[in-house]
Amino acid sequence: MKENSALERLYNGIAKENPTFVLMLGMCPTLAVTTSAINGLGMGLTTAVVLALSNLIISLLRKVIPDKVRIPAFIVIIASFVTIVQLLLEGYLPDLNEALGVYIPLIVVNCIILGRAEAYAYTHGPVSSLFDGIGMGLGFTVALTCIGMVRELLGGGKLFGFTVMPDSFTPIVIFVLAPGAFFVLAMLSAIQNFVKIQGEKRGKDMSKIGSGCGHDCLHCMDESCADNQNKAFSEDEDKEETDEEAEKETEDVTKEEAEEETKEETEEAPKAVENSKKGKNKKKKKNETAETEKRTRGEEKQKETEEDNMELIDLDEEDE
Amino acid sequence: MDELLKVSSNPHVRSKVNTMGIMFAVVLALLPAAGFGIYNFGVRALFIILVTVASTVLTEFLFGLYKKKQTIGDLSAVVTGLLLALNLPVSIPWWAAAMGGVFAILVVKCLFGGLGQNFMNPALAARCFLLISFPALMTNFATDAYTGATPLAALKAGEEVNILDMVIGKTAGTIGETSLIAIVIGACILLLLGIIDLRIPGSYIVSFVIFLILFGGHGINPAYIAAQLAGGGLMLGAFFMATDYVTRPITPKGQYLYGIVLGILTGIFRVFGSNAEGVSYAIILGNLLVPLIENITVPKAFGKGGGRYEK
Repeated sequence: MKENSALERLYNGIAKENPTFVLMLGMCPTLAVTTSAINGLGMGLTTAVVLALSNLIISLLRKVIPDKVRIPAFIVIIASFVTIVQLLLEGYLPDLNEALGVYIPLIVVNCIILGRAEAYAYTHGPVSSLFDGIGMGLGFTVALTCIGMVRELLGGGKLFGFTVMPDSFTPIVIFVLAPGAFFVLAMLSAIQNFVKIQGEKRGKDMSKIGSGCGHDCLHCMDESCADNQNKAFSEDEDKEETDEEAEKETEDVTKEEAEEETKEETEEAPKAVENSKKGKNKKKKKNETAETEKRTRGEEKQKETEEDNMELIDLDEEDE
Repeated sequence: MDELLKVSSNPHVRSKVNTMGIMFAVVLALLPAAGFGIYNFGVRALFIILVTVASTVLTEFLFGLYKKKQTIGDLSAVVTGLLLALNLPVSIPWWAAAMGGVFAILVVKCLFGGLGQNFMNPALAARCFLLISFPALMTNFATDAYTGATPLAALKAGEEVNILDMVIGKTAGTIGETSLIAIVIGACILLLLGIIDLRIPGSYIVSFVIFLILFGGHGINPAYIAAQLAGGGLMLGAFFMATDYVTRPITPKGQYLYGIVLGILTGIFRVFGSNAEGVSYAIILGNLLVPLIENITVPKAFGKGGGRYEK
């Protein structure tokens, strides 16, 4: 599957980096509201909606939001969507709203949403970010529904509110209480790990299934891993610094730099073709003014954001 | 080959005591309480004991098959099963008792790495699991012989209790906790064999009594204090479960501290809690505090303590 494509993002969210069973994020709602399958489903879908929409908006605004205040900016965006969703739930699904209670407003600080905004939406295009949000949200929904089903079945003998166990079954009350949530979560994670390890033993490539992160950080080449992105980023910075210090004189070197940039940009943006064209144009420009135009990437970014700001201001003025 | 000279690092003198020996002694020490339970509650008590022990041993055996390392020989599963059975009411359905045994061994012990790695007492954890899961079954102490409440519940409700019956054990309660005499006989066996010492049980009981005098609401009332000591699982817990080698602190100072913590917790649960009994929760909560207790009571190595030498 192609990296960052819609399908890959969905698969990544639901299976490979399932937020509950693999990343172990968002434990509060996972443990607290999954007393029944319906509650789990409702909580999961609510979070999924907020996650997808906030990912989309944050991705669209990623060049406008300054680095230093990005977390407050994310929270404002997420909180807006949570408020909308809560009002809708109050209006149309009051029972679910009652059951989920305080955990709806608490979606604002759900670490899956903030985590995806920080780790994905802030550095990727809107389409892949939207599908990343949908995938993660569905992964969360699937996990919560599974936990809710097991807990409801063992703790109440029911499934989605219908009695399925025979009358002689004595409900094991602990499963609808807090400790039961831990037991079920641990068991389901253990089963998932068991399947993964068994697969590895049989020689299958299980890196696509189960844990998004292997055990070996040192030799990990997964570019989607946040640590590796940071590493690559710092390496880039180092390179630029050394380049500046060396003061390269020939045009060839600048060419290489330009090519590097075009590569990076093609990786970042979803529409590869257009960007490569742009890159070529840039390259020509660079060749023409090779010696004078030695801008660092940060400066370029700043300019870009400034341009964006200008555009936004223009738009505002037009509105007025 | 025995003639070969062994060159090894210390220790050179080793105790002959092994896990199996200790566990066998504990089983022996529990037999008076179990025997009295069977005498007091009838054959069904024996049935519950057998079911629980069978479930713990079988679970450990199956887990050993999976891990390819058999550990049922050290008898620890038997002790866990016996202790759990002594903490169950005689009227409990057999499947609930078996479920408790599976939970104790599988979840609390084996999944954490087997004997020596369990962070809380398996038998008590299973009792609490059952208590939360099946509150109605676990607090149903009514049998053919006894229809009333347990002495502790009666005491909490402000009724008079017969202390002589409580000491002998002719009261309602779990299988093994009723008879003070049987438990003390077992405790004496352990004390004489040197398996346990009085640090934990002593500080536990003393701090509990002090707590009762201060906050019990009855002042220094010997009848009330004696009833609190003889009733419920306090003695069984203090001598057999708080002293569990795996889940108690290693340091002597820590053991005193641990006993005091248990006494205070039991007092809080019994006096201020909504339930009449609180020994099992107190002990498993104390188990969780053991790493912290050990941390603050680490003895100073020679040369590491004291003030700095000044000229």
